[in-house]
Amino acid sequence: MKTALERLYNGIIKENPTLVLMLGMCPTLAVTTSAINGLGMGLSTCFVLMLSNLIISLLRKFIPDSVRMPAYIVVIASFVTIVELLMQAYVRSLYASLGLYIPLIVVNCIIMGRAESYASKNPPVASFFDGLGMGLGFTLALTIIGAIRELLGAGTLFGFNIMPDSYEPISIMIMAPGAFFVLAVLTALQNKLGAPSATNKKSSESCAGNCAGCSAACSFRAEAKEGGDGK
Amino acid sequence: MKLNMSISPHVRSHDTTRSVMLDVAIALIPSIIIGIYYGGWRAALVVALSVCSCVLCEFLYDKLMHKPNTIGDCSAVVTGLILACNLYSTAPIWLPILGGAFAIIVVKMLYGGLGQNFMNPACAARCFLLISFPSIMTNYPLLDGVSSATPLTALSSGEAVSLSSLLLGNHIGTIGETSAIAILIGFLYLVFKRVISPRITLCTVGSAALFLVIFGNMAGLEVNMSFMTTQLLAGGLLFGAVFMATDYVTAPVTKWGQVIYAALIGLLVAFIRCYGGSSEGMSYAIIIANLLTPLLEKATKPKPFGVRKETAK
Repeated sequence: MKTALERLYNGIIKENPTLVLMLGMCPTLAVTTSAINGLGMGLSTCFVLMLSNLIISLLRKFIPDSVRMPAYIVVIASFVTIVELLMQAYVRSLYASLGLYIPLIVVNCIIMGRAESYASKNPPVASFFDGLGMGLGFTLALTIIGAIRELLGAGTLFGFNIMPDSYEPISIMIMAPGAFFVLAVLTALQNKLGAPSATNKKSSESCAGNCAGCSAACSFRAEAKEGGDGK
Repeated sequence: MKLNMSISPHVRSHDTTRSVMLDVAIALIPSIIIGIYYGGWRAALVVALSVCSCVLCEFLYDKLMHKPNTIGDCSAVVTGLILACNLYSTAPIWLPILGGAFAIIVVKMLYGGLGQNFMNPACAARCFLLISFPSIMTNYPLLDGVSSATPLTALSSGEAVSLSSLLLGNHIGTIGETSAIAILIGFLYLVFKRVISPRITLCTVGSAALFLVIFGNMAGLEVNMSFMTTQLLAGGLLFGAVFMATDYVTAPVTKWGQVIYAALIGLLVAFIRCYGGSSEGMSYAIIIANLLTPLLEKATKPKPFGVRKETAK
């Protein structure tokens, strides 16, 4: 139970995949044009992350080291296909607005990163909660970014009118530059408030850079591993 | 004999940021007077709001971030004036305020203040407003109570605009851009006071003329005398070439860098005007060229005198 809570806290706050680890920037910047899109993308990724972590953790003793990446991709892709078909059947409008980004969850580096750095080394229950925590952290970040962009760029929140009628929507906020503006301002606020962030030195000093004796995935390790794929 | 020992530089210019900025502000006065003459008190209000917003934002940012107060260098005043010159006199009152705040806080101060910004603040703010509020930013004012189009939109629908109205500013346009003569007076003042060298402005206009002929013919437009005068004198081309492309901070410092930079602006503006959806394109051309400034400076870095090729690395 204690591990589960620790994993949830770690995923949502301490190592929030979007706002602290700065992973999965491609969906973060592309689909957060509205709060509901951010929430939908976050929850579908969360579902895949939970179950792929669980399955990979169960199979960790059987997967040969040399073919582990293809094996992970097969597991992840199966769950993404399930999510895609379910969304197509039940939430048609969300499916249409997220479009290509649903199949792209397969190569989301948060999922690959967790499989490689956590699920392949830890027991199933802890891995499951690690996936849940990371997934909820991702959902939270995407929903916040989406809500800010929707509020400024369209004057609505989850589709409801919030701003007064005289408010003129700043439509650049729901275009690509708006995503960068909001992400940059959020990171600046995290730094100002002393919260964990990608550039806040305080949060990374706790491990003293001792990566060899550390099982957690921190931003340094994650960057070193995921540096090349740009996703 | 008394020797005065000091570290270089030994010859100093008397120019300060403040004096340069005041000269630019003086050069903008003819254009603004013409704008207020045709736009009335609404144009004056837009100018005042834009300047106040820029200065106030810089003051508040310095205050909140505990930085030394920098409004004394007058660069915020110039940014506000140039931004107002880029707006129509029909702009709602919040538009210049928001534009000024964006120009100063996001484009200038967040990157470290004057000298550190990589885009011209007024130009970037105009693009921000144009992308965010396309309908408000193209809400043309009435001229003598009659609604009509800007010379460039009139040109694209096949109408001609008389040369005299292009020179005097008696046509639809933003506050600062309508009168070619007023802009020319400002340009001559800046060149005479040696605030700017005419290189960037002349290369921009020359390159724009050249590429307008090339792209105009390629795009199948009717390229004649009236097309060329309207394209060159109307819209933001002249104003941008004199006041926005010549910004010290965002233009290259090397001679050939400036030539390439100006030629690039001319190419881009001709390309956008001939092929783009909008009939205007100067502000986008300038900020795209601004982004290439560091690269151009690096590529055209002068060799130190007396250094041989092998050792000049």
